[in-house]
Amino acid sequence: MSEFDPNKAPVKRPFSLQLDLSKFEPATDAEKAQHETTRESTTFFRDGMRKLFKNPLAVGSMIVLVVILVTIIVAPMIVPYTYSGMITVNGKRDKTAKNLAPFTYSKMEQEAIDSGEKVFPHIFGTDELCRDYFIRVIYGARVSLSVGFFASLIVLIIGLLYGSIAGYAGGRTDLVMMRIVDVIYSLPDTLMVILLSVVLDQVLGQSLQGTALASIGTNMLSMFAVFGLLYWVGMARLVRGQILTIKNNEYVLAARAMGAKPSRIIRKHILPNCMSVIIISTALQIPSAIFTESFLSFIGLGVQAPMPSLGSLANAARQALQAYPYKLVFPAVGICLIVLSFNLLGDGLRDAFDPKLRK
Amino acid sequence: MSENRPLVDVRDLKEYFPVKSGMLNKMVLKAVDGVSFTIDKGETLGLVGESGCGKTTVGRTLLHLYKPTSGEVYFDGKLVTDKNIGEFRKDMQIVFQDPYSSLNPRMTVSDIIGEPLDIHHLYHNKKERAERIAELLTLVGLNSEHATRYAHEFSGGQRQRIGIARALAVNPRFIVCDEPVSALDVSIQAQIVNTFEELQQKLGIAYLFIAHDLLVVQHMSRRIAVMYLGKIVEIGSASDIINHPVHPYSQSLISAIPMPDPETARHKHRIILEGDVPSPLRMPKGCPFRTRCRFATEQCAQSCPSLTDRGNGRQVACHNM
Ligand SMILES: Nc1ncnc2c1ncn2[C@@H]1O[C@H](COP(=O)(O)OP(=O)(O)O)[C@@H](O)[C@H]1O
Ligand SMILES: [Mg+2]
Repeated sequence: MSEFDPNKAPVKRPFSLQLDLSKFEPATDAEKAQHETTRESTTFFRDGMRKLFKNPLAVGSMIVLVVILVTIIVAPMIVPYTYSGMITVNGKRDKTAKNLAPFTYSKMEQEAIDSGEKVFPHIFGTDELCRDYFIRVIYGARVSLSVGFFASLIVLIIGLLYGSIAGYAGGRTDLVMMRIVDVIYSLPDTLMVILLSVVLDQVLGQSLQGTALASIGTNMLSMFAVFGLLYWVGMARLVRGQILTIKNNEYVLAARAMGAKPSRIIRKHILPNCMSVIIISTALQIPSAIFTESFLSFIGLGVQAPMPSLGSLANAARQALQAYPYKLVFPAVGICLIVLSFNLLGDGLRDAFDPKLRK
Repeated sequence: MSENRPLVDVRDLKEYFPVKSGMLNKMVLKAVDGVSFTIDKGETLGLVGESGCGKTTVGRTLLHLYKPTSGEVYFDGKLVTDKNIGEFRKDMQIVFQDPYSSLNPRMTVSDIIGEPLDIHHLYHNKKERAERIAELLTLVGLNSEHATRYAHEFSGGQRQRIGIARALAVNPRFIVCDEPVSALDVSIQAQIVNTFEELQQKLGIAYLFIAHDLLVVQHMSRRIAVMYLGKIVEIGSASDIINHPVHPYSQSLISAIPMPDPETARHKHRIILEGDVPSPLRMPKGCPFRTRCRFATEQCAQSCPSLTDRGNGRQVACHNM
């Protein structure tokens, strides 16, 4: 037998399945080096953000939201009108500035302009009480957005606490707590708002007079109360479900086998793993709260009169829909833009951060 | 005589799970029903049995991850209770079956391996901690530069090595290995099994090695215990059990081992079990195996056989064999 020569490949026989070694060539150093460098190590957060910024809908809605936010913060500083006061020209009330179309001026203002004064244009026109409509829509958006944020915050805090106690304690505690949730879940929310605002109006109406809360109005307070009392149950269920699944993961068992205390397990293992789902669902809670607020204001249960909200503006515009249709368009488009952007952003967040959808 | 004392001594361990069937009636599932065994220092006891027979539950109850319904566990002569289990967390560790769910996806490798070091304050400064982590990674055959990566960037075998490094971090004297290779590719299984053996030789760790693959257990263990529906039916030295199984259930398990040599395989008689596995909720009276046993008699239906000594350290629970 001849010596084995590692450089000489054995001859390939016809029909044999043996690999033809002559077709292979050794890898160059550059190719070997390329094989060594594996994917760059990324954190979960960075990876999610990268995915979020690749999603055109999410980026678009983020831009829209930022524009809206900047506008409602900056515009009241620039526009010299207030949401509750009549338009004045040289300190005199302008009774002629009623129901103006966008970018038009009343008779008194026209005279003032002719005499060389500057008058800030009415971008969206004025309403039937001679108030600048643009600033009212801006304040309406402010109210709607703050209701959305604060209601979601209330829901988040109550739901997170309640759900994590039920989920971590388990057993009988969990059973009782979740039956309470089931009962609350079955209460009709619109009816509760109506009842609560009637009751709260009687109870709180007098004591609120003259305080800072008076401008918010009892309707608004009852709306927050309803969010606090009713809407947290969805969040509580979600959090409990998350904690139950995560609690059964073997890494939690491994931490217990190491001797980790429950507080450490919740802090290091359970919360970081359910945070993304909770944040996503909070982001999706905001538009639904805004929508509920607009709806309640539309049927007259929202904010108290001179304070505008997008829903109550739309309701007011409904009465003169034939004559001034644009008055409905501005608040309606505002609601749509805000709700749609938050929904799209929430969806984008879910796609980017939900571990179940990760490849 | 502390020299002859076993490291782990399990006596009549029971773990019953309450399960609900229907609205109101509660039943108990006897996942582990009176299991006793001992493990010496630096020794491996193999635990085999089909899936669902309670192997995992034995391992976890032994570590008080589940509260035992009854029975005692002694570690190095000291009784382990719910109160003092904290003292033993450094001595007894566990490696899990599923390399995916056993590592927290939000933690880097150094956080995962460093967690037991943090909990037990096993370092004086950051540098010492990093060095220990690098040392552990090298010990289990991983590159110490991988410490900053996340677990999801690794393959199953590598993840299992991370799990082993985490268990080793506290310098345990005993590790429960709960089917550590059954979720891995066959080619990787051998590497991980070898890693376990090397670590045992280097560090003198005792294992309770759980598996349903008899070949792996035979390779690893000096002694083997065979479980059936929450009970040990036969326990003895590995060679005795593999070559001359006594209990009919062990016989059928052994006969099902695939033989690498076709010549011996041809002469082998494979025992195929008939009958159904009884539900763990409705255990038959008497011997739990009698519904599938070829040798079942009247006596088997009357009383449950207990483990009896058959010489040479072997114990069998059977009326007939
Ligand atoms: N936490 C639990 N609650 C209720 N039943 C359980 C629990 N863990 C295991 N079991 C039941 O106990 C039995 C034994 O399970 P296990 O120990 O996982 O078996 P193995 O590891 O041998 O496959 C099974 O019937 C299983 O359904
Ligand atoms: Mg198991």
